[in-house]
Amino acid sequence: MGLVPSIADAGSNLLAARNQMGFTLGFHIVLACFGVAFPAMMLIAEYRGRKRNDEAALRLARNWSKAVAVLFAVGAVSGTVLSFEFGLLWPRFMDRFGDVFGIAFAIEGIFFFLEAIFIAIYIYGWNRLSPRAHMWAAVPIVISGVGGAFSVIAANSWMNQPQGFTLDTAGHVTDVRPFEVLFNPAAGYEFFHMWLAAYMVVGFLVASVYAVGMLRGRRDRYHRLGFIIPFTVAAIATPIQLFVGDTAARAVAHDQPAKFAGFECVYKGGDNQAEHVGGICHDGHVSAAISIPGLDSLLVGFSTGTDVTGLNQIPADRQPPALTMLHTAFDTMVGVGSLLSLLAVWFAIAWYRRRDLPETKWFMRAGALAGVAAVVALESGWIVTEVGRQPWIVNGLMRTSDAVTPAKGIWWVFGVTMLLYLALGTIAVVVLRGLSARWREGDAAEPGPELPYGPPHGDSEASA
Amino acid sequence: MSTADVCAAILWLGVTLYAIFGGADFGAGVWDLLAGRGQRAERVRAQIDRSIGPVWEANHVWLIFVLVVLWTGFPSLFSAIMTTLYIPLALAALGIVLRGSGFAFRHALPGPVQRPATRVFGVASLLTPFFMGTVVGAIASGDVPAAGYGDPTASWTGFLPLVTGALFVAVAAYTAAVFLVRDSGAAGHRELRDYFARRALVIAVIAGIGAAVGVVALRQDARFIYDGLTSWPGIALVVLSGVCGLAALGLLVSGRSRGLRVAAVGAAVSMIWGYFAAAFPYMLPTSLKISAAAGPSATLISVIVVFLAAAALVVPSLILLYVLSQRSALE
Ligand code: HDD
Ligand code: HEM
Ligand code: HEM
Repeated sequence: MGLVPSIADAGSNLLAARNQMGFTLGFHIVLACFGVAFPAMMLIAEYRGRKRNDEAALRLARNWSKAVAVLFAVGAVSGTVLSFEFGLLWPRFMDRFGDVFGIAFAIEGIFFFLEAIFIAIYIYGWNRLSPRAHMWAAVPIVISGVGGAFSVIAANSWMNQPQGFTLDTAGHVTDVRPFEVLFNPAAGYEFFHMWLAAYMVVGFLVASVYAVGMLRGRRDRYHRLGFIIPFTVAAIATPIQLFVGDTAARAVAHDQPAKFAGFECVYKGGDNQAEHVGGICHDGHVSAAISIPGLDSLLVGFSTGTDVTGLNQIPADRQPPALTMLHTAFDTMVGVGSLLSLLAVWFAIAWYRRRDLPETKWFMRAGALAGVAAVVALESGWIVTEVGRQPWIVNGLMRTSDAVTPAKGIWWVFGVTMLLYLALGTIAVVVLRGLSARWREGDAAEPGPELPYGPPHGDSEASA
Repeated sequence: MSTADVCAAILWLGVTLYAIFGGADFGAGVWDLLAGRGQRAERVRAQIDRSIGPVWEANHVWLIFVLVVLWTGFPSLFSAIMTTLYIPLALAALGIVLRGSGFAFRHALPGPVQRPATRVFGVASLLTPFFMGTVVGAIASGDVPAAGYGDPTASWTGFLPLVTGALFVAVAAYTAAVFLVRDSGAAGHRELRDYFARRALVIAVIAGIGAAVGVVALRQDARFIYDGLTSWPGIALVVLSGVCGLAALGLLVSGRSRGLRVAAVGAAVSMIWGYFAAAFPYMLPTSLKISAAAGPSATLISVIVVFLAAAALVVPSLILLYVLSQRSALE
């Protein structure tokens, strides 16, 4: 084999592997959000139900816990796929740096255990544990959701801001300082940003289900609460998210200037940079954008005199690819975040004035769309982070092209994975819709938590 | 013992727990597949659901634990295995996805699609243990080079890997049958207890034959392991495994459940540790030693600390879960 085909091979492999990784991560992250944030909402509903003897709230908690069980199962299998992919797609990365950032995943393992164990106890314990014991069983789930998210994000933020290790002259890791790895400069804001995103995504998505129900005329207490509890949580998270996102952007401008120049399309460095909203980035300039003079510099350093690094100051082989996509993804995230915070303010004002939801149907229509919008923001944010880091897998230290496996057939695997996940996603949605339809028809007929992977209703016949 | 050896022991402990508990969940899927149709088959499936429903996800985390300890503590080993055995590993992962979702979805789906979901659950339960077995067989036979990038097909399609794969399926089905004997017995379902006991007996004999063939295959393809198993201390564990296996067989024939699980698990565990004893001090016999595969000491110490923390937090929780589910408090 000559040099040319092997380079061509590697190139095509790289693209396939990146697609595969991005697709499977983008799938998993939505389910991960449910693992992080849904248990908290379930606990709030149960607490309210027990404290105020509120039957509708208790019913919500019980029903949500069944949805958690289905989503957790799909989250666990899709997460396992990711663990395999680290080795199958990026063996050289793991070989070189597994002993550095792997520690974060080791810690994550503890939280996975606790989460899996207590979710089982919670779901199977509805009728078998005392109310107090049952509520306490949810607490470790909520905590391990947070802890798990922190550990994974520690690994990811380390890829953006690698530190906490020593390399010898051959580039081998000789010494590792675990605390510096875990608490790298990007870990803090990435974690808070992701944590809030999880609460937003789940809050708005769950609320949107009940918003649709209310638009269809089901305005009973069950639907109202089903909307208000998750929506309130998400509405609180949203404005905070803007602050954290803003902090993240400033940190990126400072620590990962190439990424920042990429998603803001700063072609020429210097002060008094314009902020481009929308637009297409090509051939060294931005067209079809609304450009606000000086705003970019102002946002980065609180003064229009702030110097912002431009792509012209970064060697071509260190610049991120696909600038228009990056820029669009960033603007989408920011735009959605801003719109959702308007929605949150609307809700807050109505609640403050009248202790009730805004009366107009338009609010519910917006509420019905908010969930999908939050998912779009989530995915866009990850595209900004991951594609913006390119061409590096470990920022500044290892190129993605040097990390990829030479194994053949990744495009095939990618195709199969797409079909499989498409099926999985569809089935999960069908199952959840089926569950909610059954709940609507009345819980009375339902014999305990037979779903989703619980014991079937066959208990009595089995003992025959 | 060096820190690297301690980490290796932690890794092996994880492997053992996954093989036993995770393996039993896959084995239960095999019985689900073989249950057929009709009234009794439904009762069998209901028992399988009750037994593995509450615990399978927690048991599954042992695999994550193994992968993470592997890539953190022994990154070059992880990459050597992944770059050589990516085909069976990808197929094992496929089995995991299909098994998990098939199981999770089968009751939640509307009637007509329940049967295909059950079928997927059953067939996928064969995939993972089989391909994991071929991975272990390939490592034992020395076909995974320390530098990685070994032959992606020949490495795991030899006699030894294929026999090991089949043996893994049989042992998983055996442990599952034994657990199901205990669970259905404890729940007072005599008919189901006898059903699983008969199957446990048959699969025990098959697994025994498989193990004997495995020894022949080892002698032929993995001389180093074979020698290790036939000399001290490996031989002691092999004998222990045989004694436990025969004891379990005796208990099954005489229809008793007391001690059955201990004997059956003992047989599998001593087989697994017999392998480790035989392979010591190698990770990849005979090309990669534990000490050479291990990462820097600060990492190894972190792994040990995390392991101790996990043991302190997870073990009591796991025991709580097992006790609750066994007492049918959660049923
Ligand atoms: C509901 C979702 C959501 C919303 C409304 C926002 N973000 Fe975001 N953003 C994410 C969800 C997200 C994320 C969870 O997808 C990311 C990917 C990696 C991370 O840490 O969070 C992200 C990454 C991310 C990054 C890249 C960080 C890095 O690469 O290190 C920046 C600069 C911002 N965000 C900035 C913002 C700003 C300025 C926002 C609004 C004003 C904003 N985000 C709203
Ligand atoms: C938090 C843990 C995460 C880790 C450790 C992680 C790790 C990785 C790795 C190793 C790669 C391959 C190398 C590279 O392209 O740089 C990658 C690529 C990618 N990831 Fe992430 N990722 C994480 C989260 C996510 C999430 C949640 C998404 C959701 C969409 C995502 C989207 C992507 C995309 C789109 C790529 C391909 C980027 C490209 O090659 O252009 N990542 N990630
Ligand atoms: C931002 C990124 C991520 C977050 C917040 C996250 C969070 C979670 C959560 C909360 C779960 C529990 C299952 C569930 O709730 O559905 C989970 C499962 C899992 N995740 Fe992720 N994850 C992320 C990315 C990754 C990556 C990059 C990997 C790759 C190693 C990964 C590996 C896993 C595994 C193996 C499981 C299954 C654990 C089990 O069996 O319980 N996750 N993840």
